Amino acid sequence: MTSLTGWGGTAPSTAEVLRPSSADEVAHALASAGARGLIARGLGRAYGDAAQNGGGQVLETHALQGLGPVVDGTITVGAGVSLDALLRHLVPQGWFVGVTPGTRYVTVGGAIASDIHGKNHHVDGGFCQWVERFTLAAPTGVLELTPEDDRFWATAGGMGLTGVVTQATLRLIPISSSGMAVTTDRTQDLDQALELLSTDDRYSVAWIDLLSASGRAVVGRGDHAEGNDLTYDPSPRLAMPPVPNLINALTVKAFNELWWRKAPKHHEGRESIATFFHPLDGVRSWNRVYGSGGFVQYQFVVPLDADAVLRDAVSALARAKAPTFLAVLKKLGPQPGLMSFPMPGWTLALDVPTALPGLATLLDGLDERVAAAGGRVYLSKDARLRPDLLAAMYPQLPRWQELQAALDPDGVLRSDLSRRLPLLARRQAPRGH
Amino acid sequence: MVTDALGRPGTVLVLGGRSDIGLAIAQALSPRTTLLAGRGCPIEFDADDVSSHQGVIDAVVAEHGDLDVVVLAFGVLGDQAVDEVDPSRAVAVMRTNLLGGVSAATVVANQLRAQGHGSLVVLSSVAGERVRRSNYVYGASKAGLDGFALGLGETLRGSGAKVLVVRPGFVHTKMTQALPKAPLATTPEKVAEVTRKGLASGAEVVWAPGALRFVMSVLRHVPRGLFRRLPV
Repeated sequence: MTSLTGWGGTAPSTAEVLRPSSADEVAHALASAGARGLIARGLGRAYGDAAQNGGGQVLETHALQGLGPVVDGTITVGAGVSLDALLRHLVPQGWFVGVTPGTRYVTVGGAIASDIHGKNHHVDGGFCQWVERFTLAAPTGVLELTPEDDRFWATAGGMGLTGVVTQATLRLIPISSSGMAVTTDRTQDLDQALELLSTDDRYSVAWIDLLSASGRAVVGRGDHAEGNDLTYDPSPRLAMPPVPNLINALTVKAFNELWWRKAPKHHEGRESIATFFHPLDGVRSWNRVYGSGGFVQYQFVVPLDADAVLRDAVSALARAKAPTFLAVLKKLGPQPGLMSFPMPGWTLALDVPTALPGLATLLDGLDERVAAAGGRVYLSKDARLRPDLLAAMYPQLPRWQELQAALDPDGVLRSDLSRRLPLLARRQAPRGH
Repeated sequence: MVTDALGRPGTVLVLGGRSDIGLAIAQALSPRTTLLAGRGCPIEFDADDVSSHQGVIDAVVAEHGDLDVVVLAFGVLGDQAVDEVDPSRAVAVMRTNLLGGVSAATVVANQLRAQGHGSLVVLSSVAGERVRRSNYVYGASKAGLDGFALGLGETLRGSGAKVLVVRPGFVHTKMTQALPKAPLATTPEKVAEVTRKGLASGAEVVWAPGALRFVMSVLRHVPRGLFRRLPV
């Protein structure tokens, strides 16, 4: 039995960990799961409890490897392949993944289950819009799913609750250089940042200093550079040792100040893929900076016309003196997944140590504003959402529940997340909790 | 449900749902759902009827799902003067506090172990840490329960489930209103706050108020001849 948490290091539970090395072994695990059920787990980067299953089984997908050749701009890979391995394989050949999040250390299976987004979401859509097909081991059988099938879009962002993805075929972006052409701007306030994020640059993101009253930011925008150098070496340079909690309003304020000051007012230049997309991957185990109490990441999206909620959230967090490094602000576009997080709107993501007094009340209040505005929080980040707001935030939940129940009629797929929030339709005869 | 990242339980079950301390603990944890079980409570539960315990817990789980925190709060003070001469009355105190506690704690521990998470809070007492002349019937029942709960906590190590033993001193409650006030007296709210912190930090034993930990570590070792002359 193994004690597991998400990346935030909170709310552990104990489960039996399985490590199947083939699709057949996955199917067998599903068929022989116990009363507490089973959930897949990739690299454990979900911040909360999405890949935990207390008292049940957790199926680690690491051994589901396999990197096929690039054929017509697509590649077929095992679900346990990380984006790190994928980029190391692809970039020197002149290819890039359609979507990468802020870390390379996620698996393809996890990327589908969370239907992750990246800096190009407003232009290119989310991860599953770059998936041509995948193999889903569901409790009712093994399925080959394409975007024409509703079950594809129930699995995209379905938090692993429709089955275990074992293999996927991804569409790729051709690149001629491993460099990124990047424009960096330092803004005095939030309005300027929102304006810069509304340009048609392929990749864009802003880091906001929530400890400043103005919401000042540094905005990075860019695209793959032209050229012929495809060298790619993203190895981490540093590792974070286990430390007591160093985070408080003072140290973070100093860090944010320095970080904003060192950014140029306006600069156009070249950056590496790792620097532009995955700055935190440069420090291994960076989550340890929050100490043993762990942290939560709060990420919400509100529709574009609800930017007032965004502003209120920024000032509420600033007033609470939440010691948060660089909140990430981004514009999102539409998304077809039934339970996918993105919608056309503004998303803000920030880390807060759990020890901040009044945090639960503060975030519960923000949840309410976000839901009332027609927005939602990101389940892959969540570890504390008010259960009563789930249905309002995910209006397609009933349709998803129908498809989910058809794929898993006996309730084999379970997670701590599915117990904490009312995700699953209540069944007549519960299989166990 | 499941306890969230900020330590807020989904479901708290109080066994002994009329206990002032039990209720204060549930309130301090601000769970999504509070379930009260006891005589005359929304969930009918009789601590003395040990054969019914499994059925009660099974029904609660079937209805509400995982139990995140279970507070074992039931207990009787007895009437020392009567209990020490009437064997049936002395046994009645033991039946509720000790046998009822042993049974309910075991049923709950099995459930928490199966869940792979969850905490059992056992309300013990400093009266059980060093049993004294003035309330030895009650004290002995709590001594037995305290030892049992500590042992149970050891068996749960590695399972994801935990036991927290809470040892309050004199607490102003319905149960103690007829008694003379004792030194270091506290309130249910303060016991609840100590409990909340203990759960958050993963403690195995907490005292309320905290200073009693040091008082009791001295009292535990006072020779009997001296102890009987102390005004405690």
